[in-house]
Amino acid sequence: MPSDIHKEIVVLSGKGGTGKTSVTASLAVIAGNSAVVADCDVDAANMHLLLQPDFGQTVEFYSGQLAELDQELCTRCGICADICRFNAIPFHEDQYRISSLDCEGCGYCAQVCPTGAITMKERRSGNLYTSRTKAGSTMVHARLDIAAENSGKLVARVKNDAKAIAKSENKQFIIVDGSPGIGCPVVSSLAGACYVLLVTEPTMSALHDLKRVYAVIKRFRIPAGCLINKYDLNEEKSAEIRQFLKEEQIDHLADIPFDPIFSSAMIEQKTIVEVSLPLKHLMEEIWDRINTRLNTKKEAI
Amino acid sequence: MIIDKPLKIAIASGKGGTGKTLLSTNLASLLSVERKTLLVDLDVEEPNDLLFIHGKTETVIAQYKMIPEWDESKCTLCGICSNVCNYHAVVQLGTYIAVFKELCHSCYACSELCPTQALPMEKHQMGETTIVTSGHLTLIESRLAVGEEQTVPLIHKTHDLVNQQYRDIPVQIFDCPPGTSCPVVAAAKEADFVVLVSEPTPFGLNDLRLAVETIRKIEKPMGVVINRYGIGDDAMERYCEGAQLPVLAKIPFDKQIAEHYSNGQMVYDKHKGLRSSLQQLIAAIHHAL
Repeated sequence: MPSDIHKEIVVLSGKGGTGKTSVTASLAVIAGNSAVVADCDVDAANMHLLLQPDFGQTVEFYSGQLAELDQELCTRCGICADICRFNAIPFHEDQYRISSLDCEGCGYCAQVCPTGAITMKERRSGNLYTSRTKAGSTMVHARLDIAAENSGKLVARVKNDAKAIAKSENKQFIIVDGSPGIGCPVVSSLAGACYVLLVTEPTMSALHDLKRVYAVIKRFRIPAGCLINKYDLNEEKSAEIRQFLKEEQIDHLADIPFDPIFSSAMIEQKTIVEVSLPLKHLMEEIWDRINTRLNTKKEAI
Repeated sequence: MIIDKPLKIAIASGKGGTGKTLLSTNLASLLSVERKTLLVDLDVEEPNDLLFIHGKTETVIAQYKMIPEWDESKCTLCGICSNVCNYHAVVQLGTYIAVFKELCHSCYACSELCPTQALPMEKHQMGETTIVTSGHLTLIESRLAVGEEQTVPLIHKTHDLVNQQYRDIPVQIFDCPPGTSCPVVAAAKEADFVVLVSEPTPFGLNDLRLAVETIRKIEKPMGVVINRYGIGDDAMERYCEGAQLPVLAKIPFDKQIAEHYSNGQMVYDKHKGLRSSLQQLIAAIHHAL
């Protein structure tokens, strides 16, 4: 039996706050032990609040470099500050200093310093966790250090670890919670995806953002489906979204009505499928549809 | 009072979808009733302010970053470029130098350390900036091109434009990207005061804590606006009290606000409650400064 049979489902939205994490965590509860869960919204990770992972294993994550300046060796010649394109070496109180918030770790300063006063050090950017969730599944998640860079690389690492676990434990699925936006963390989370689940809401902003994130997904030729959350808050906008889905041949998976239970479940640290039977049935239906879609795609190829 | 320097207010949040755009567009519009106001949309991945502000498009500026381009005729294949590039953006493949432009940070090391000038820096478009005016309000929106991954260079370029050409506008509102890492630091770095908008739920609170730590790192004064007040619990208020963070305003959860917003409409001119929350916010910022 081939070991590389897992299917990867990535949940995205473009706009933040549409219900991405509530939906992802619900699917994770439904999929249970058949899935590895990955929280790739490392910038503002929230899935742990619903799935209560045990933070079983922690490793430090290093990514990129940071310049370090030895004042003893520095002759104040200023060459480093002149060539730094990030203005990361300000001159202050008769000393050049490295501003760690501005340094992008390019290492150019270390290359040109005539006295070898600058060295490049590995930069810690966060913690990476492998946990057991309350649904019995393995979850890979991370916490980026405050104001750190390189969240795209940390996203890639979370995904790669999740893949390795899915492979070694013969899991069927990887369920990935992505970040808002269209930039580097989103692109990193799309690598290797079999299906993208889009969670949107009927607002002008959300539709605008959905179109932009779908333009990115399209470049990777990944099939996608969409779920309209709080659809009844603006029926007209919901109709407009459905029209867009039709034009782009994005599967319209479901409409979910506005329900304060999303917030109240969150306060109880539970997923919506644990507190509402109708929502549980709806999410199970969505999960079945995604599975059917994944299987038909395989046959078509 | 003589204003020699504009007042810059950043609107940030940590968690996405908590009301940054609602607050930024309505606050800027309300302020612009009486004075010249600038609104800058720095959520360059998903900018939305332009959906709410209808005015005259003054200009659209293409924004570039600088990327090395290989000049084969000058190259001696010495290998220095690929050795100095810390991002693996310049790689020697046999007798070919490949440049991966999405990995390039425009540090110029490869270009300037090349002994034969075989990697001159060339312009590469990363996005565009649109400038719209409506009455006393000027909106500057920067938008990342689809397929580009790095937001920080475009945010920096936008700050440069504001500092060079819009210094005379006394009040400036910066709508920041969500999250707690490099893009929000780049966006809020120029601000005199940071307003963190959140919602009173566990997700909102978790991300607010991270955002507060981030803003503390760049040493800016800040305060919190609790949006959709009433949907969750009181944990956020207790946290703000403990962390000595001023709660600048509370915007009650109201389906009417959500409805206006969903249609791309301004809310403060139709909804008394929101208008008084905004006035409260303006007074609180003045007080804090």
